[in-house]
Amino acid sequence: MNDVTLTINGKPVSGVTEPRVTLLDFLRDVAGLKGTHAGCEHGVCGACTVLIDGTAVRSCLMLAVQAEGEDITTIEGIGGSGARAGELGVIQDAFCETHGLQCGYCTPGMILAAEALLSVNTDPTEHEVREAISGNICRCTGYVQIVDAILLAAKRLGQRNDAVPSDATLA
Amino acid sequence: MTEQKYKFLSTPRRPVEDRRFVAGRGKFIADLDRPNMLHVAPLASHHAAAVINGIDASAALAMPGVVDVITGAELAAAVQPLMNGLNTPNVRRFPLAVDRVRYAGEWVCAVVAESRALAEDALEKIIVDATPQPFILDAEAALLETSAPVHPEHGSNLLLDRKFVWGPVDDDFDAAAHSLSFSVTWGRNSTVPIETFGVLAEWNGWDQMLDIWASIQMPKYADQIARSLDLPGNAIRVHYDVDVGGSYGVKRGIKHSVLVGYIARKLGCPVRLIEDRLENMRAGDAHGPERKFDITIAFDQDGTVRSMKMRALDNAGAYAGRAPFQLGKPISAIVGPYQINSVAYHALSVTTNKTVQEAVRGFGQAPTNYAIETAMDRVAEYLGMDRLALRQKNLIRKDQFPYLIPSGSYYDSGDYHAVIDKVLAAADYPAMLAERDRLRDAGMMAGIGIAACLEPSGGNSSFEPLLNQSNQTSTWMESCQVNIDALGKLTARIHTTSSGQGHETLVSTVLGEVMQIDPELIRITRPNSLESLPGNSPVGSRMAIMLGGAAARAGEKLKAKIMAIAAHRLGVAIDQLRYEGGDVLAHDGRRFTWDEMVELAHRQYHNLPDGMDPGLASFDIMQVPTGDALPVDDKVQMYPCYSFEFHLLLVSFDPIIGRPDIHSYVIGHDCGTVINPAIVSGMTYGGIAHGIGAALFEEFAYDTNGQLLTQSFLDYLMPSSHEVPAIQIVKHCTPSPHTVFGQKGSGESGYLGAPAAVSAAINDAVSSLGIHFEKLPIRMSAISDAIAAKTS
Repeated sequence: MNDVTLTINGKPVSGVTEPRVTLLDFLRDVAGLKGTHAGCEHGVCGACTVLIDGTAVRSCLMLAVQAEGEDITTIEGIGGSGARAGELGVIQDAFCETHGLQCGYCTPGMILAAEALLSVNTDPTEHEVREAISGNICRCTGYVQIVDAILLAAKRLGQRNDAVPSDATLA
Repeated sequence: MTEQKYKFLSTPRRPVEDRRFVAGRGKFIADLDRPNMLHVAPLASHHAAAVINGIDASAALAMPGVVDVITGAELAAAVQPLMNGLNTPNVRRFPLAVDRVRYAGEWVCAVVAESRALAEDALEKIIVDATPQPFILDAEAALLETSAPVHPEHGSNLLLDRKFVWGPVDDDFDAAAHSLSFSVTWGRNSTVPIETFGVLAEWNGWDQMLDIWASIQMPKYADQIARSLDLPGNAIRVHYDVDVGGSYGVKRGIKHSVLVGYIARKLGCPVRLIEDRLENMRAGDAHGPERKFDITIAFDQDGTVRSMKMRALDNAGAYAGRAPFQLGKPISAIVGPYQINSVAYHALSVTTNKTVQEAVRGFGQAPTNYAIETAMDRVAEYLGMDRLALRQKNLIRKDQFPYLIPSGSYYDSGDYHAVIDKVLAAADYPAMLAERDRLRDAGMMAGIGIAACLEPSGGNSSFEPLLNQSNQTSTWMESCQVNIDALGKLTARIHTTSSGQGHETLVSTVLGEVMQIDPELIRITRPNSLESLPGNSPVGSRMAIMLGGAAARAGEKLKAKIMAIAAHRLGVAIDQLRYEGGDVLAHDGRRFTWDEMVELAHRQYHNLPDGMDPGLASFDIMQVPTGDALPVDDKVQMYPCYSFEFHLLLVSFDPIIGRPDIHSYVIGHDCGTVINPAIVSGMTYGGIAHGIGAALFEEFAYDTNGQLLTQSFLDYLMPSSHEVPAIQIVKHCTPSPHTVFGQKGSGESGYLGAPAAVSAAINDAVSSLGIHFEKLPIRMSAISDAIAAKTS
């Protein structure tokens, strides 16, 4: 068993885990954050996407022990929490506006992939949006309303008069 | 158009479910933990067919954390075989293989351990002594008398062999100027949700109750588990407040649920089984139809299609399940949207040593639509006639509804020609043709795909008695309960799980419309199965019609009670009152407010009309409209409503590489009155994406040893955001006369025509080379190989 200490959504988290446990299972079973989902568990579908230092990463392909000391953002770190639970981030709100989801299973990964894109590209083209989510498989939507959501979020983020580029800072 | 009639219906409104999902706060099966929960991992067969001589689990049982190993022999002695819709009692099926395995991946035994990882570790210690047996993979071969039956006790591989003749087929063929024959094959694929199937069962011996949480989409789920486990129906409590991470028909999970239900009861603690992706792909028993069509079609020189003979041979895999019924549902739209006078239909379903087939989006309709649309293209090609003109000539006209098709169903309503005209205008069809020719001139292969088809909706189960005469099922209800609490707020209860269809939005919107109350203020809950009214779950594209219908009718009953209270209070006749936004207005201007009404109903019995029950609650159990009779002379009214879709797309590809690029995709869609526009559009986009996958990428392919080759997402390819183009939906509304608001179904939209349309586009692109692709999926390797063979 190994001790792992990392930062999740701005808070330090420590846990004891087997070396073979993936970051995905650590987040779900040790940290108790169930918003990160297992889809294929072999790195194709993107349902388990989280951000490490702002970069979209597949948590099923990374061991928890490899994440020692890393700064991780999961879907629970996007939008309001605690007393502010129920307050949507801009990207989340855009997904609701365009109905960029159906069953909601791939949605956390999609939103984090969008977060990663919009943190470095504030005015993406439709092609750039499609490229950014091309590693996230959705079986419900045909992607159309997801692409609409991310373009809408980019537009709204661009219209904000504060300098905060990322939803993550809301937490 | 009807849009202006409604305050909430058909207006752009945010689906209420979306908030929890974008926050990662859905409640999926893998998110549920119970104290002292045990985990199950099944051991899969390596053989396509084998006799099991013995299982040695002693080393596994000796491992720390391993609690039990369950074998098929133990299970078969303790539970009843899983339900089988046909009269094939000797095709017995248990959650684990008994005495022999019948497909590679079939569960041989199951380890129960303190964690899933420990259970998987223990699988490697189990020794199965098995003797390989001859196996069969091909459906035509399975039909041969010389082929060994997958179930020797059954005597053959034939599960279903039904011949129907509807109308004067021989006369129509004699009278027709021409006929042609061809064969096409729909490859074995599935909708493959991103969430695999999972189930958690917990037995409480003091209450004699089995609690079940599952990512389920299955009619009569609790009943089937109770029957298999020999438990009273009221000893099974299925919790419907589990979010299902996609299903599209496939999450049937009976074998998983009976297995964990048995283990939970045996061990007296909570037990969970979540498929991993490999288990989902090869042993989730969720493969879709694999169907070969042999079609002969009779037509005149002017393009009039008179009659069709269709033989459909389905490869059901190793067990019967509900798969053969997927040959029955398409009978409800066996002539598509066309005036075809007569049809001969031969439906065959056989067992093979492949994974078991289950229900998939459309329940067999998409393959049949692909066959019918291919027939229309072949007739046009034979006659040298424009494909579009041929369709327009044969389409049922607006003035012909209700239209009786040869197999006994009336199509309710439609205006197919108008939808097509709208699509042609929206797509700028002449410009699309010019672009195709420009691409061809530039050295590309380019083609336009066209497909018209129907989505039978409002699902009942008429195909069951039609294919199995001992089955007398004509009831296929859905229900809803509504309550107004003592503070005046509405809560509605729905009695099913949902897998992305937006049922909470559906019910709150419909109730809001009926009660004239903001849907945002209406709460929707999902009680467990013991607290629920009867229903049949979201299958057969039925919930807008059936759950929406039940919710509206329950609302109307509440409104009638409110009007009666108001009439009594105000001392006037009901017909002199008007309901307005929750208040009731008298003809003389007096207003009986919502708050007063709630006060009377909840606290002032003495002010209620004589004999009226207190409180404000209602419910409705609704039967499928038009579904009131069993088949007569092999004919029956199947689904009540028929949505129409018309697909038009432009594809091109390099002749050497063969990788299709969809330039533009326009669909015309008429599903009657729309409840929530974003939900209906989403269903349609997603259906088209599934259809593109079925046409170009997705297939459960087997090698000659009966091993599944495409068993991960690395080799079972699904469309990504690059393969699904921007899609334009052209909306049209022809209300159904059979439903409360004129709504029809849309849960299968897009998928029912996209495979046919994409296939047509590819075939149009290679038509100058005389190539016909006769099997889906049409992989890029097949395209480039076929072109190379013609041009080398």
